[in-house]
Amino acid sequence: MTVAIVDYDAGNLRSVETALARLQVDYRVVRRGEELREADRLVLPGVGDAGSAMATLRESGLADAIMHFFATGRPILGICLGSQIVLDRSEESDARCLGLIPGSVVALPRDAGYKIPHMGWNTIEPLVDHPLFRGIEEDSSFYFVHSYVPKPEQGESILAECEYGVRFAAVVGRENLVAAQFHPEKSGVAGLRMLDNFLQWMP
Amino acid sequence: MFQKRIVVCLDVRDGKVTKGIKFRGNVDIGDPVELARRYYETGADELVFYDITASAEKRGIMLDVVRSVAAEIFIPFSVGGGIATVEDMRAVLLAGAEKVSVNSQAVGNPGIIGEGAARFGRQCIVLGMDALADGTMPSGYRVVINGGRTPTDLDALQWAKEAVDRGAGEIVLNSIDADGTRDGYECRLTRMVSEAVSVPVVASGGAGEPRHLREVFQTGRADAALVASMVHYGTHTVPEIKEYLHGEGIPVRLRYN
Repeated sequence: MTVAIVDYDAGNLRSVETALARLQVDYRVVRRGEELREADRLVLPGVGDAGSAMATLRESGLADAIMHFFATGRPILGICLGSQIVLDRSEESDARCLGLIPGSVVALPRDAGYKIPHMGWNTIEPLVDHPLFRGIEEDSSFYFVHSYVPKPEQGESILAECEYGVRFAAVVGRENLVAAQFHPEKSGVAGLRMLDNFLQWMP
Repeated sequence: MFQKRIVVCLDVRDGKVTKGIKFRGNVDIGDPVELARRYYETGADELVFYDITASAEKRGIMLDVVRSVAAEIFIPFSVGGGIATVEDMRAVLLAGAEKVSVNSQAVGNPGIIGEGAARFGRQCIVLGMDALADGTMPSGYRVVINGGRTPTDLDALQWAKEAVDRGAGEIVLNSIDADGTRDGYECRLTRMVSEAVSVPVVASGGAGEPRHLREVFQTGRADAALVASMVHYGTHTVPEIKEYLHGEGIPVRLRYN
């Protein structure tokens, strides 16, 4: 099995690579759309700005290739920024995104008395029984760093929620796509377990 | 529930921790990678490495350490010390660190904060700041550099705000008065800065007992607390500190294995 890690100049991918290496899976860092053809699974990581990320994805042909990848039913995992650009659009830079999940990405409220970005460890609350959460204890914490949150139109796209001044979608998904706002690759044993669950997942 | 972070700090010189650290069972460990792995496994929420290597030629050793640490631990860690340019930042981040920390270098060249934030995202850029109580300053605290040896003209509160405006995503606030005393963090300073800036503040300097962390979280309004000698020499352990904080009603990450 080969996992493609999509490199679209949105932060460095080293932590995702080291986590996959620890899980003893073959991975390739890909920068062009055609490189996705041979991959069995796809990880869409990233931190930074949604607008510039989408511009890079379109120029490299990756945006179309990711849409095609999704249509073929192969599993996709979005992480952090990678979990935001799967929606229709983002308030950040007013970006038009991939539209794999209906909805938008909105800023965390600045007036809730909480520090922005939401940086640190938080627990999540799964809303559905998804294979991604298999074997993960309910008091497990995950590492978040973000100022924007996905807001799917359909409640059924929300797989887990998190609370930080407001409740927001911590994991979204649809069919063969799952996307986490936090960083499983930086979330200790629970995060590695979740990555492993993704690698085992047969949607 | 959102949790308060316990950040373990390791000083590294020429690729080795500066003093052998006695980790459980009194074994002296000088290898930063081995120590990082042990702290990772025993519940540290984040690690900070300060590179205090004096000679420029040996700086590359730190990048090897960062690469090895990144392969071993799956929690965030930052690297500070000697980072003077955006290229220095890039090297450390590409080696696998989550964040880079600038201190004296940012006082001399504040532009580096914004340059780094624009290039790598503000969540990567940490301002490390050393402050000394000084009644002649507007906030009552003066920024000092070079490990506290050199005073600057900067007011601590003003500098914290400016750094955040320039793009710092987090502040590690070290009290020179409290540093090394083990008498507790400087809660007044911590609270003042934490309430004035929008980004997380990591309190540093003075930790000796678990209750000091409770004080700095409750009274000081810190988002995270840095610990060093109190855990390095076997006096206390991260799990023990976390159990204590949990018992005091402070949310911490208890499940880490």
